[in-house]
This record gives sequence, structure tokens and C-alpha cells, in this order.
Amino acid sequence: MSHLDALEAEAIHIMREVAAQFENPVMLYSVGKDSSVMVRIAQKAFFPGKIPFPLMHIDTGYKFQEMIEFRDKFCEEQGLDLIVEQNTEWVGKAHPDELGTDRCCHLLKTTGLLDALAKHGFDAAFGGARRDEEKSRAKERVLSFRDAEGQWDPKAQRPEIWTLYNTHKKSGETVRVFPISNWTEADVWEYIERENIPVVPLYFARSLPVVEQNGVLVPSPDGEERMCRFRSLGCSPCTGAVESDVVDLAGIREELAEAKFSERQNRVIDHNAEASMEQKKREGYF
Amino acid sequence: MLWETRSVFEDQVAAVEEASKRRGKEHIDLSLLLDGLSSEREQGITIDVAYRYMSTERRSFIIADTPGHEQYTRNMVTGMSTSDLAVLLVDARKGLLTQTKRHATLAALLGVRHIVLAVNKMDLVEWDRATYDSIVSDFVEFAGKLRLSEVMPIPVSALTGGNVTEREESTPWYQGPTLLGHLNTVHLGSTQNHVDLRFPVQTVIRPDLDFRGYAGSVASGTVRVGDAVAVLPSGQQSTVSRIVTYDGDLSEAGPDSAVTLCLADEIDVSRGDVLVRVNNRPELRRRFDAMLCWMDEEALEVGKRYRLRHGTREVWATVESLNYELDVNTLSRADSTTLEINGIGRATLRASGDLPLDTYQRNRRMGAFILIDPVSNMTACAGMVRRTVSQSEESARQKSPGVVMESTGVALDSRIEAFGHGPAVVWLTGLSGSGKSTVARHLERRLLEEGVRAVRLDGDILRHGLNGDLGFSAEDRRENIRRVGEMAKVLHDQGIVAICSFISPYRVDRNRVRSLVPEGAFIEVHIDCPVEVCAERDTKGLWAKAMAGEIENFTGVSAPYEAPSEPEIRIDTTSTPADTGAGILLEAILARIR
Repeated sequence: MSHLDALEAEAIHIMREVAAQFENPVMLYSVGKDSSVMVRIAQKAFFPGKIPFPLMHIDTGYKFQEMIEFRDKFCEEQGLDLIVEQNTEWVGKAHPDELGTDRCCHLLKTTGLLDALAKHGFDAAFGGARRDEEKSRAKERVLSFRDAEGQWDPKAQRPEIWTLYNTHKKSGETVRVFPISNWTEADVWEYIERENIPVVPLYFARSLPVVEQNGVLVPSPDGEERMCRFRSLGCSPCTGAVESDVVDLAGIREELAEAKFSERQNRVIDHNAEASMEQKKREGYF
Repeated sequence: MLWETRSVFEDQVAAVEEASKRRGKEHIDLSLLLDGLSSEREQGITIDVAYRYMSTERRSFIIADTPGHEQYTRNMVTGMSTSDLAVLLVDARKGLLTQTKRHATLAALLGVRHIVLAVNKMDLVEWDRATYDSIVSDFVEFAGKLRLSEVMPIPVSALTGGNVTEREESTPWYQGPTLLGHLNTVHLGSTQNHVDLRFPVQTVIRPDLDFRGYAGSVASGTVRVGDAVAVLPSGQQSTVSRIVTYDGDLSEAGPDSAVTLCLADEIDVSRGDVLVRVNNRPELRRRFDAMLCWMDEEALEVGKRYRLRHGTREVWATVESLNYELDVNTLSRADSTTLEINGIGRATLRASGDLPLDTYQRNRRMGAFILIDPVSNMTACAGMVRRTVSQSEESARQKSPGVVMESTGVALDSRIEAFGHGPAVVWLTGLSGSGKSTVARHLERRLLEEGVRAVRLDGDILRHGLNGDLGFSAEDRRENIRRVGEMAKVLHDQGIVAICSFISPYRVDRNRVRSLVPEGAFIEVHIDCPVEVCAERDTKGLWAKAMAGEIENFTGVSAPYEAPSEPEIRIDTTSTPADTGAGILLEAILARIR
């Protein structure tokens, strides 16, 4: 069994375990490359049946237009059941320049997510987060239990031994499930190439007007045109591009092999404090 | 190694550099790369398992970085549970410490059979060969007590990188591979079980009336289309008709493959069932012995009900008794009534339903289970099945905890083939003087003449040796029979016909022996002779003494005899001569064992 086959089999196993034991699971769909992989794995896990849970996108209103277009086309083509939710109170009002990245993120993403989970009564939410993305994620379990407020307590995590996942929870508690925890960025791209999975075109280089801030290329109508691509996708005000002329998957693979920086380097949200991701997770962030 | 294989990015190092400075350190503290939680960075120690990823042109690696302190044993157990290989680091200046012995013990316990002994900081001892050799020989001596299939010692310096990825010039005396070279090439064949098909069903896939498939991951062995399979625990049988995947049907699927199986017949299969090959089944047991690694703040409570998860099945279970607690530093065993967090011990468990169990040693997936606290929902314990206990064995072995049962070298099947007959336990019970020993001697001779491997166990003989410490109280009689029963079982398990002649006055004791061997293998023979006739024969002069009150607890006089209610064979020695009786027995035995 190849490395990629082993990772795929592990992810399928986790999805089946959760789907079989939770009452109302949902798959969080963020439109990015990891979400595309997650969808393919779910299709495989329940084939020839359909995916037995819906997808849910928490739309912050700051997603690139191309992401929304891709999302709607992809879900239609693949016959996916998509729910779109927003924190309507704050979408269009909150902005990182005024509130700061942390506060904006908390309102649009964390609160938006917690409200949507509660609204639909979802008790398990799949996410495409990977342990190699960020140092606190490296410590998070595949099944990450959250209290009634969605909060993560890193010190009270259950040990995960062998492939025996403990799915017991109290009422009101929810669980975040990360089936591709053990994948790296390179694994994700290799899999996308192997499986021929559609991804948002923003991952490939094009000429964009950008301004350089702290070494990150931030799209701006007043900026100068440069060839660049997005290595990871978040909200437009907080996601930078990297200089690149890569236009296909083979190019991405080669670029990654030489990469000196991690994929979250262009994500402004992680830089605020040394432990900012851990703090966000403690507050209910994915 | 992460650095050398380009598995760490510059922005991550920059962040660590900044954090190191903030903590007032002169040099970059690379441990901050792995200690991802703020509490870990505050305290400067690793608390939780961190997973890091590394790949070379040959292989991809998942590294579970686990803390080494004893109070985090459970985290090390977690990391090791899914590992194929463990790298144990020893500080060359300090020699082999208790900590490394503990880590090796845990590796052996969790079935990590490949060990790298990385003797680190060799640069600080001038790459001295004698220092290295002495640490290695200390370790090899200790590891000899453990089940580790391979130990690869390597002298390294993490600081200079010597023998990590590049060969170290100062160690011309070391001919082995570098650490990375070894990891790239080591053969890990023994980790998976490719023999015993076990397929725990996760969920049933039924998109429409025409399709019904059982989704799951192959826990061990290989499933092929056309395989005759049984569903456990129900035992229903069918044939694998399709192995379905999104990428097309397969003809076979090996360990860890996530597939969906279709069966030729419509039988009842649901989550928690295990599909196995009809002629290769695990033991279905509700009582078994296991090693437990306790993981919860709340200590083990003997008799408390826990949820037990095995494969995809969940049942209730209690720890009936704790046989011993293992000191992982010294391998010594101590009596204990509980296991605290990080404690490891051997226990007997009882589940509320039958579980298809393999031993952990044979099958890492199907010999493993977890216990879950039903109130807190915490994962309380990692368990590894050591041996399954047949219902019949329930009572016997309580007084010898800590003895690990080893299977005999040659399987019974092979012995039956070699001997040309199967085993049996022929149990002659009756009063003193009824003729048991005489019949037994005749029978032994006749069996040997027939080419049957037979061994005779006689009460009078054993009481002079093995059981010489026992008297004739009810308790001692019980122990006498228990010992004989165990001996008979050992003989049985090695293909022998054991002829046992003992008064064995208590029914319950005889039934216990019966339950030690498979059904049909125990042949109870009542050597029937009335008290008066025995007393009149009085071949050894015992009856006279007993009746005169000179012998206490004499069966038939001052102690009871419970005659078998349904013996397989009854021989009345008042009317049947001993050699005739032996002939009757011979026919009956041959009919069973051939």
C-alpha cells in the first residue's frame, strides 16, 4: 500500500466511524484544496451510496468571488447537498482593519460556525485541517471534543490509541473531526493530481494587482500587476499571494519541493501572537 | 532530521528563533518546533504527543514525538500504539538510564518490534568507542528480556548531525547505517498480520434495494472474492461476492484497505460484526486476560462497569481481578488492587457479550481494546489481550497470577497428524479398592500395544511426589484433583491420552477437570464397586484401619463419595474382570480418538 493509499484509507475509516455513530454529522466546506480532497474521500467512503451528511460553508462575505463561483459549480456537478450560513449580524460590518484580525475572525468565523452548528443541531463536524499546518494543530486529536460553547481544552484531550476512536460524548457537546490530520500539503497536492480533483483556479498563477505588506502580496486595486498565486485560501483581506509562475499541478509539486516557507506564511491571522491559533481554538475556532 | 530533510520551513524557524529570544535563550531552542501548546512552551517540557511529517525520496514518515517522563507514560503509549519503529535516545555521557529501559519495555508491550538505539551526544565523549559499546551491551542485555525483533544501535550527535544523515568521520569503527539511512531501508514486515482475515464492519451501505454492502477496513489478513466467510459472533456463513471501491471492484484487499464487501447470501450483518474466514476463526470469548495501561486521572476500579471498544464493537466490561502491577523500570511484578494513571498491569476482564479476540502479540488490531469511563466518557485504558479464557477455566488459576501462558511449540494439529490419533483424558473415579489402578494399568498396556501415546497418572504415585504436601481434607483433595487436572490438560494439549485414576470423590472437582479440555475429550469412567465389597477386598488394609477410626477422612467411611450421575462409561468390577473392563474402555477410547 502506497503512502497516499494509506492516508486515504485512514481518512475513509475515520469518516465511516463518525458517520456510523453520530446522529447528525456535517462536513465543513471552505472551498479550498483540503475541502476538495475531503469531498472526494467522503464520496469514496460511502460509494456506491451518496455522502450521508450535508456540506456547510460558513461564508464570511470576504471570500474571493472565484471561490464562490467554484463552490456553486463544484457542488452542483458533484451532486452535493450544500448549506451556506453567515453571521448575518456582522457580515458586511466587521472588517479586520477596524476590529483587528482576531476580533473579526471571532465574529465572522467562530461565532458564525457555532451559531450554525446549533441552528442545525449538528453533533459532529468534519474539517480538513491538517497537523502540519500549524503547531497547535499538531497536538490536536483526530476527534477533537468541544464543550457546549465549542471550546477546545488542549489539556483534557482523550488519548487516541490504535484506530479505536472514542465517540462518546455528553449531550450538548460536539466534536470536530479531522480525517486528513496526517496529510501534508505535498500529500494533498499529490492526491489532487492523482485523483484529478477540481480546485479553485486561484491556486494557479495569474497577473494580479497587489501591494507588498511585510513580505506578503496583498491584492489591491491600486497595486502593481505581478504574477502570483495563492498557496492557501482564506478571507480576502487576510490572505496574501506568493510570487509564482506556476500554472499547473506538476508545477505546484515542483514548487513545494523547493519551498522555504510554510503554506500559512501568507495567512495574516496566524501571526498575531505566538499562540494565536491555540487561543482561537480554545474559543471555538475550527 | 526534520531540518535535514527540508521538513521545517524558514518562517517556522523564524518564529522559533523569536520565541527563543523572548525566553532569554542564547541559542535557538529547536524543541519549540515540537512543543506546540502554550503550556508546554511555558514549562519547557513536552506534555502531549506531537505529530510531525517527513519524507525522503524513498519513504514518508509520520513522527510521533512523545514525552519521556514517567508521568506521561500514557502519551508514550498513545504514540507507540500506531508506530512501526521506535527511536530511543540515550545520552552517551550518562549511560543507559532507567528511562530508556522503560521506553524499551513500553515498545515491547505495544508491539513496536523495531528499535533504534540512538546513542546521542557522542561528540561530547570524543566519539569514544568503548563508551558506545558499553551502552549498547547494557541495552542488549536488558532487551533480551523483551520481545523485540530488532535493535539497531547507532552512535550519533544531534548537535553536529554526525551519523544522523551524513556519515561521521570520527567513527571509522562504526560500519552501520546513518539514522536516516536505516529508517529509509529497514524492513518492517513483521508489523502487520497478513494471515488471519478479520474484517470489522463499520457501517452498512444500502443506497437502493439492489445493493447491500458492508463497509470497513481490513484489520488483518487478506480478503478475496469467493472466500467463504463467517459473521461473528452470530456464526452465519456466506461467500464474498464483490469487493467494491469507488475506483472499481477489486479481486482482493489486504491489511488496512478501506473497502466495501458484498456477500452472496442475504444474512444479518451489522456494525460491530466481524467477518472472518470460515476455517480461521478467532476465539469468541467474554473472559480474557490482558495487559492494561491506565490513562485516566480516575484510577482503575475493580468490579466497575466500563464501556469496552474492540474493533467496531462495544460492550460493557468489568475488570474482575488485577493479577499484578508491572514496574516498567525493572520489569518486576507487585500485588496491587488498582492502577493509577500511567500504571500498567495484568488483569482478568469479563465482557457482557462474546468478543472475537486474538492475542495482541499475534494481531495488533484485533488484540487491542480501550476502556471508556461511562460517566466522564474519558478513554480510561488501553488494553492488550494476552490470552483468552474458556468459560470452563473460570475458576482454576487464581492463585498463580503473573504467569504468562505460552503456547506449546508444536501445534496440536501437527501432533495429531504425527501420532495418528487425537488426545483424551480418561478419568477413572471410584472408591479405594474398587479396582481403578488395576483397570488403568491394563488399559495403559492395551493402548500402548495399539500404538497410542498414553500416560498414566495414579493417585497413590502422585501423592508420594508432586502432591506429597497434601492431606485428605476436602480442601486438600480439591487441590490434589486440581493439580492432576492441570497435568492432564498439559498432556492433552500435546496430543497424549492421559489415564487418570483417582478416588476424586467430589463431582464439582471432576467437572472442573472436564471443563479444562474441549468437549468430548474428557471420558469419565465410574469404577463402580459397593462399599462392602471394597471393604472386604481391602487390598491395602486401609478399610480396616478406617473403620477402626485410625484414618480420618476416609472416603466411604468418614468422608463422602459423590458417584458420577452421568459418566461416559460405568464398569461394575464386581461382575467385570479388570482386563475385560480395560477392553471395553479401549474400544470406546479408540472410537473417539481415531
